Amino acid sequence: MQFGVFTVGDVTPDPITGHAVSEEERIRIMVAVALKAEEIGLDVFATGEHHNVPFVPSSPTTLLGYIAARTTRLHLSTATTLITTNDPVKIAEDYAMLQHLADGRVDLMMGRGNMGPVYPWFGQDLRNAIPLAVENYDLLRRLWREDVVDWEGRFRTPLTGFTSTPRPLDGVPPFVWHGSIRSPEIAEQAAFYGDGFFHNNIFWPSSHVKRMVELYRRRFEHYGHGPANKAIVGLGGHVYMRKNSQDAIREFRPYFDHAPVYGGAMSLEDYMAQTPMTIGSPQQVIDRTLGFREFAGDYQRQLFIADHAGLPLTTVLEQMDILGAEVVPVLRREFEALRPAEVPEGPPLHPRVAASQAVPV
Amino acid sequence: MTRSLVVVTAGLSEPSSSRLLGDRLAAATERHLLDAGVEPRLEVIELRAHAVDLANQMLMGFPSTALHASLDAVLAADGVIAVSPIFSGSYSGLFKLFFDAIDRDAFRATPVLIAATGGTPRHSLAIEHAIRPLFAYLRAAVVPTAVYAATEDWGKGAVATDGSLVERIERAATELAAAMAAKPPAAPVDAFADPVPFEDLRQ
Repeated sequence: MQFGVFTVGDVTPDPITGHAVSEEERIRIMVAVALKAEEIGLDVFATGEHHNVPFVPSSPTTLLGYIAARTTRLHLSTATTLITTNDPVKIAEDYAMLQHLADGRVDLMMGRGNMGPVYPWFGQDLRNAIPLAVENYDLLRRLWREDVVDWEGRFRTPLTGFTSTPRPLDGVPPFVWHGSIRSPEIAEQAAFYGDGFFHNNIFWPSSHVKRMVELYRRRFEHYGHGPANKAIVGLGGHVYMRKNSQDAIREFRPYFDHAPVYGGAMSLEDYMAQTPMTIGSPQQVIDRTLGFREFAGDYQRQLFIADHAGLPLTTVLEQMDILGAEVVPVLRREFEALRPAEVPEGPPLHPRVAASQAVPV
Repeated sequence: MTRSLVVVTAGLSEPSSSRLLGDRLAAATERHLLDAGVEPRLEVIELRAHAVDLANQMLMGFPSTALHASLDAVLAADGVIAVSPIFSGSYSGLFKLFFDAIDRDAFRATPVLIAATGGTPRHSLAIEHAIRPLFAYLRAAVVPTAVYAATEDWGKGAVATDGSLVERIERAATELAAAMAAKPPAAPVDAFADPVPFEDLRQ
């Protein structure tokens, strides 16, 4: 099973000090988080993609390419790549390029974005969000798998005799996840192709996440990719830890109360009761996270949101240290002990990465 | 044959005149359904119990378990009686919050009886100018008679004289019961149990 962190790259003032970092500092923080992830033995760093303030990561492959050069083992991913408003041709090219530079340590997660006006800013119509996700991804797959593509669709200029360059590393396209909080159509899409399905698992109750994952698993089997328990599932998670759980709650409360994504309405206690968020001791985080398999089944990737809501970098790195030292090693051991032998341990890896990770006999 | 009838009332006090009106409309509708050989299943939703959950759902994006159950009940209803107090010339904010959370595609063609309460008869047309267009947007099948009850209407006796509250309740309930009995039972689509197949998404 893979463990990692993801970032949305928000510039949010620290509610305690009122200080907001500059865009430059924010970008450096994302890099520092990625380097820390490799240092503490995590497997994955994933960046969001946004084209609206207060978010900075508009150019994921620039960021991931830089991180690739400064790491050797870390998988680079996205959370998410906008399959709706990006040109699928450019996604095919950008991520194939990144694959070459990162020796295959690349996968990506398709998503539809978080803000309506981004669609018209990129010449699209929000009402076409699902059809765009379907058509663009279908073209993206072909561009990675067929050397010469003739194509015509609704949303992009036709292609005749087009070759996306560079070709995927060793001819093997990056593994793809499809992320959606609430659209069954996206779980259906992931199942149809036998790709991975990721639920951010932060904003909605577990009962809802369970329905999304169950739908994906059932349809994965329906489309002939294998039994439902072999489908590739990833989950997000949101934790904040201190040795004493009351300290964790006291420290995190101002960030929860002021972070725009949490709405500023519900109390931290109510939110923790209704969603998978865990603010408490490392042991509480371990117990709650192991509980995810009760609604999602044995799954392959767990990402935690790391830097956000105006948390200072020192705090983010402390949290990652706790994660790397006290939480993830236990989760790895426990999840592995619970996993049936036929269930994939992790998502498919690029053959180069798989070869480099193989234990020498 | 059974049909589900759901009363949604946005009355704020307890007891409230909106709840009182909802109960009278429900009782009359149940009677007419039974006369038509239909077994009614009644559920009453007091929105005041969901006030905080509705505000949270607007900001957080997901409904609480209790609110979820009430939204599902309305979407699965064969008939709905919707009652709001009239505030500032229109339905109350609480009433609007609830119907803002209703998926209009799932609600489509549901028979609805609209009703409202107010302190004086002068607000009675708010029901036609504000509540009826809201349900037109939701593509509901609103029955022709809407019932407005001013405070003074409750003191006009039990006789169904022309234009009295009792007479209007009877007329509206007759229309709702007829619409419910004529319509096949609601069969809400569960997008998780019955997803749109990918081949259809690709069209």
